[in-house]
Amino acid sequence: MSGHRDIHEYLAEFDDIPGTRVYTAARARKGYHLNQFAMSLMKAENRERWKADERAYLDQWPLTEEQKQAVLARDYNRMLDLGGNIYFLSKIFSTDGIPFAEACSTMTDMTFPEYREMMMNGGRSPEGNRSIKGGY
Amino acid sequence: MARITAGVGSSHVPLLGVAVDQGKSGDAYFGPIFAGYEWTRAWEAEQKPDVVVLVYNDHASAFDANIIPTFAIGCGERYKPADEGWGPRPVPDVEGHADLAWHIAQSLILDDFDMTIINEMDVDHGLTVPLSMMFGQPDKWPVKVIPLAVNVVTYPVPSGNRCWALGEAIRRAVASFPDDLNVQVWGTGGMSHQLQGPRAGLLNREWDNRFMDLLVGDSQEARAIPHIEYLRETGSEGIEMVMWLIMRGALGRETRCLHRHYHIPCSNTAIGHLVLEPVE
Ligand SMILES: [Fe+2]
Repeated sequence: MSGHRDIHEYLAEFDDIPGTRVYTAARARKGYHLNQFAMSLMKAENRERWKADERAYLDQWPLTEEQKQAVLARDYNRMLDLGGNIYFLSKIFSTDGIPFAEACSTMTDMTFPEYREMMMNGGRSPEGNRSIKGGY
Repeated sequence: MARITAGVGSSHVPLLGVAVDQGKSGDAYFGPIFAGYEWTRAWEAEQKPDVVVLVYNDHASAFDANIIPTFAIGCGERYKPADEGWGPRPVPDVEGHADLAWHIAQSLILDDFDMTIINEMDVDHGLTVPLSMMFGQPDKWPVKVIPLAVNVVTYPVPSGNRCWALGEAIRRAVASFPDDLNVQVWGTGGMSHQLQGPRAGLLNREWDNRFMDLLVGDSQEARAIPHIEYLRETGSEGIEMVMWLIMRGALGRETRCLHRHYHIPCSNTAIGHLVLEPVE
């Protein structure tokens, strides 16, 4: 009924969406420790340790050096590429005191005021943003 | 006998909880969003449901990346609001209905739905924001709640058809519970939004409204919408709308629309709200 019986075909379609990293099992595997690290920031005592020395806190987690660099640089697109999921990563920008919309804007080519204005004007149009191959 | 008397669809954006908690729900930004819920607040006060089966998703609060249940039902006595990183929301604890929850869980498993059973968990904005939207700021929530958490984060998430069928099975399960209870099913999340990547901020008013149209009447069309369509048309987080299909499935063959509201934007998200009743 959902129209899919072949997992390969199902997953392949996800790569055709512009500017989007669908959180597949492959990403969940790659980013498991990155996401668990982010999740640890839900505890106040961990947030204190993290704020005192970010690098030392990160070094207690089995992350790749690339993942650690992406976290330290707050490069959210890179974190998504390395298996992060935005709901887990949100614990990092919440700890930084940055609202969700502002964090979203850092992943686009807009400043936060520009992004906010786009949202007030009805958001990003799906026109031309649905399919890379199809261009619609 | 217990019966499902109505279904409610609603977004559950965390910022709406902040607006309620900080007394901003009447300001220029939030006012138009909350105005669309006034009808429902009066209606809920009149309906006085005993129990709400509240379909939502956990946003990395109760569940971490370790265990990912596709469908999980809360069978506990009570749930605390989760600390999502800035302290728990100042809202009452959520009281469960363990008898009905266990009855539904057992019935669903016998009906081929392999449910995960949760005894203890904290509930995040996905569950508490809809309660605030429908009931305001009481000292105690006026309903008991059966949390039904759906994985809409790690793919594959359940298909729309599976969600609808789960709703149908919940309807059968509730109907076989001996106590006389007025039960509502709420489907929460959505509507269009994308919180990640260069395409962040995507909203789709036309698609969202067509989706709401499909939930009214006797159409079965929405159950066949594939994941890729939600992703392309409504953003990566728009997939939360499959949770509305559990609510729709629980209302039986045909529905009537009692109230409908749509507003853009709330932060990154399109707000949608729908109140339906079954047509017997
Ligand atoms: Fe959500």
